[in-house]
Amino acid sequence: MTGLVLKDIRKSYGAVDVIHGIDLDIKQGEFIVFVGPSGCGKSTLLRMIAGLEEITGGDMMIDGERVNDVPPSKRGIAMVFQSYALYPHMTVYDNMAFGMRIAKESREEIDRRVRSAADMLQLTKYLDRLPKALSGGQRQRVAIGRAICRNPKVFLFDEPLSNLDAALRVATRIEIAKLSERMADTTMIYVTHDQVEAMTLADRIVVLSAGHIEQVGAPLELYERPANLFVARFIGSPAMNVIPARVISTGETTTVELKGGTQTALDIRTPDTERGQAVSFGVRPEDLQVTTGADFLFEGTVAIVEALGEVTLLYIEGLVEGEPIIAKIPGIQTVRRGDRVRFSADRNKLHLFDKEGVSYRAL
Amino acid sequence: MQQLVFAIGTMIAGVLACAFYFFATNWILDRIFPSKGLSGAKASQNLRTTNAIRPWLFMLPALLALAIYLVYPVFESVRLSLHDRAGQTFVGPGNFVWMFGDGEFRQSIFNNFLWLLVVPALSTFFGLVIAALTDRIWWGNIAKTLIFMPMAISFVGAAVIWKFVYDYRAEGSEQIGILNAIVTWFGGAPEAWITLPFWNNFFLMVILIWIQTGFAMVILSAALRGIPEETLEAAVIDGANGLQIFFKIMIPQIWGTIAVVWTTITILVLKVFDIVLAMTNGQWQTQVLANLMFDWMFRGGGDFGRGAAIAVVIMVLVVPIMIWNIRNAMRETGGH
Repeated sequence: MTGLVLKDIRKSYGAVDVIHGIDLDIKQGEFIVFVGPSGCGKSTLLRMIAGLEEITGGDMMIDGERVNDVPPSKRGIAMVFQSYALYPHMTVYDNMAFGMRIAKESREEIDRRVRSAADMLQLTKYLDRLPKALSGGQRQRVAIGRAICRNPKVFLFDEPLSNLDAALRVATRIEIAKLSERMADTTMIYVTHDQVEAMTLADRIVVLSAGHIEQVGAPLELYERPANLFVARFIGSPAMNVIPARVISTGETTTVELKGGTQTALDIRTPDTERGQAVSFGVRPEDLQVTTGADFLFEGTVAIVEALGEVTLLYIEGLVEGEPIIAKIPGIQTVRRGDRVRFSADRNKLHLFDKEGVSYRAL
Repeated sequence: MQQLVFAIGTMIAGVLACAFYFFATNWILDRIFPSKGLSGAKASQNLRTTNAIRPWLFMLPALLALAIYLVYPVFESVRLSLHDRAGQTFVGPGNFVWMFGDGEFRQSIFNNFLWLLVVPALSTFFGLVIAALTDRIWWGNIAKTLIFMPMAISFVGAAVIWKFVYDYRAEGSEQIGILNAIVTWFGGAPEAWITLPFWNNFFLMVILIWIQTGFAMVILSAALRGIPEETLEAAVIDGANGLQIFFKIMIPQIWGTIAVVWTTITILVLKVFDIVLAMTNGQWQTQVLANLMFDWMFRGGGDFGRGAAIAVVIMVLVVPIMIWNIRNAMRETGGH
């Protein structure tokens, strides 16, 4: 058994539980992304894998070996920090060589590994520089290089791109994707709150909230079949529209009546016990279409039009209290503020969640 | 009582005079270059002029005080050092020639050099170790407060306290000095510690170390806290142990601060005076430059020439260290 296994991992600070029993099986070479809102425990979980936080309960296995009490340096991991965490008084070369010098590697071996990492990250020119003489993107590459030099089995990234500006973030993201391809045997665990990073980098995404796993799955699986309302709203931007509804008929296909009075049928199976239940009906902004026909999901008055050229965002207020329903229509639209517009959507792009927020597809 | 009233009166008068000075000068400035009720160009021209002058109004008293109490004495000292005991007849380098032939001066230079080696090193070392250790324990702040406390005691006060520590009573009688009490408790014979040549220098240095460790600790503790936590965690992942992290990651990152603390104490040590005056007054071969200067300048009728010559020597020793210190401090704070 290789890879990383988390069994009922718990963390508490005194009486406060922050991680409530995480079970996760990560295969060798997988690229796993932890996402979730701030305070969901994703960074804490990563630091527990690194060994920087003590594990309160459960078992952490790396390569089949229980590592709960193994010091960080012996776990076969390397970590890239959000703030790069370079040693400011050491040159790029020394930063990358520090770990190997501590481990008393031979001078030739150190030199070979530093140069090969520097070569891979285009840092060879900068080996003699101090971190303060480097740009943000270069610093982050040095931090990655330092991690590569450790020859880790598991690579940990703690929001590595959040200190970079937008353009650099995209470039570095692509570089990390290339890196993970080149190091196909190395497991990578990546923490972020940016869903674009999660969607583009991950083999599997782990969505966390309040110390629980909400769903684990491939990026598009999470997008197309969110297991619950939390994941449905967290993945995708703008977030999925959720409209209160009531079940009219059950069976292989389900009919619901949306708030606002229209009825619609979904290709989702529901048990008979659900008839008459209050449920949540979900549809993504990009799945909505403007229609003039009689067969529509709902009708509303446009409150705001945001024309971005590539897409037009329509905000419909009044249907759901407190939050507007958003429609993302491709291209430039002629719709004006104050227009009454009817929307429809593909039947198989609709979502239905029970009153606990669990998707009927997952039942 | 009368003295007290007089002192308080002086203080109040001083503060009022300052306030009056600032109000009056600024009022006059605004009268000479008015900005209200004038046309745009003229008003903004006047406004710019007053803005250029105003800082100097605020700095003038301080500049005057500096000139009178700092700049003038420097030149006067240099002048005096080239004149005879009354400061009347020019003697050229005579005082300096005498000085380097004088046994007591050479003794003072030697002792100052000892102080210079020992006190800054030990104060900084203890300060650093205490700062690093107290950061990890819950009663660290209490310990820090206690260790910082001697900073609040004047040098003379500290000397009095330590005089009791080193106090000597004839053998057989009860020892009130804690050091002799300990020595006799272990069966040793009591010693008059501050009269033991050579070693007594170190007993005096202990006092200054006791005072300055608190200073070093506070500054270095702040510097240690300024080290980014993530660099230490990165070092943990890199496999460094506690000592390696301390010496290879933490110390290099606060090196600039250590240098500032070290040189600040070095300057203080070069000027050490009160402790020696109060403890031994330079007897039993504990003389230092500042006390020697005081001796020549004001005791036994006073020899302004020789006293000033010694003062010039102290200044020449201090100034380079001070320049280096200020440069270092500027670099640490980025010039702010």
